[in-house]
Amino acid sequence: MTSLMAEMFPVFTVGVRSTILFSIGSVGLGFCVGVLICAMRLGRSRSLYVLSSFYVSAMRGMPLFVQLLIAYYCLPLVGFNVSPEVSALLTLAACTGAYQAEILRGGFLGIPPGQIEAARMSGLNSWQILRHIQVPQAVRLTFPSLLNEAVAMVKASSLISAVGVLELTRAAQNIAASTYRPLPVYLTAGAIYLVITVGVSVAGAILERRLRVGQAS
Amino acid sequence: MMFDYTILTSNWREIFDGICLSLELWLGGSLLGLVLGLALATVHHYGDFIVRALIAAYVGIFRGTPLLIQLFVLYYGGPSFGLVLSPVAAGLIGLTIYGSAQFVEIFRAGFAAIGPGQIEAAKMSGLGAMQTLWHIQIPQMLLIILPSLVNMMVIMTKETAILSVISIPELTAVMSGIGASTYAFAETLFALAAFYWVLLEGVSAVGRLAENRVSRYLAK
Repeated sequence: MTSLMAEMFPVFTVGVRSTILFSIGSVGLGFCVGVLICAMRLGRSRSLYVLSSFYVSAMRGMPLFVQLLIAYYCLPLVGFNVSPEVSALLTLAACTGAYQAEILRGGFLGIPPGQIEAARMSGLNSWQILRHIQVPQAVRLTFPSLLNEAVAMVKASSLISAVGVLELTRAAQNIAASTYRPLPVYLTAGAIYLVITVGVSVAGAILERRLRVGQAS
Repeated sequence: MMFDYTILTSNWREIFDGICLSLELWLGGSLLGLVLGLALATVHHYGDFIVRALIAAYVGIFRGTPLLIQLFVLYYGGPSFGLVLSPVAAGLIGLTIYGSAQFVEIFRAGFAAIGPGQIEAAKMSGLGAMQTLWHIQIPQMLLIILPSLVNMMVIMTKETAILSVISIPELTAVMSGIGASTYAFAETLFALAAFYWVLLEGVSAVGRLAENRVSRYLAK
């Protein structure tokens, strides 16, 4: 058992770091995508609305696993020779971006229109209204849902093991293949995922309480 | 990039089998997951402190870890404790357990949404616990949680794609297999994506229809 632990530890360390980096990277990039798509869906332009609605429907309409396969095999066919890591990160971000856009849309629609009018009357321009009035409140309103999405992305990042990216699941596969002890190895991997997802949820709950400070209840 | 449709038509038999298996696993896993989820939520509702803690742990573990790892533990780890499963059996059991943990949460919210006054009234009218559950709680709960159930069914369709990783010959495995042997990745993978998209829009449309019927019924 101790020898197995010794064998697992360095590989799992690399895997955990990679899983955390991919999760943070995809949720962060996805948030930017989400804000952009959300703005397009709520804006006045008809064509941007149709385009962004199509994007959301397509991204949410097919499995992330299929999207990863498409990015991995088809991007090189059209001349984008990116590494598996980059294509995996972009795919994760593009997918969570669509989900975050829908979450944020709910938040933006939850802000009373009177506030926007008041801000405009106070002389704020559209960008300032977005930056200082809409985004902070939308994030606060939708924080629990965004947190759920972040936890979902930690779990979803396990799928990038199938396109050859070394992260926690891939690390577990490698150790299981070399030690012939799949059960303890995969149980350990599961336990690590559980620690990360519970950790994110707890940290999020604490952050949520902090966000509520200064807000009239 | 040219699309060569003959790759799809010349392998139609294999693709058809893949579609059938994907649909069977989706329906099988979802329905078994629903039943198990409802049973666990009911036990949780009536159970004591220890039972509740156990079910909470079950839900926490299976919602806090990726389906992929759960499948690996079951399929590759199973033989270590004498559980040797075929890939399809492992996939079905994995989906069922994974789905049940999500469905428990939905049903729990459903139980909580029915006012305690109704349960008291049912008891006063002489209904037993089983009768109250069957005639009062479950019918109302299903109406309330229908949107969440539809949403979960949609998520389950997408989860079936993951099963290809433990060598189940469902549609994703079939399509990437054809892609790997012919290098026609664009044709096969886009057809695969289109299949899921159509299926998902279909399931969502049926769900919306059901919700409309239900809300009309509730409005009466």
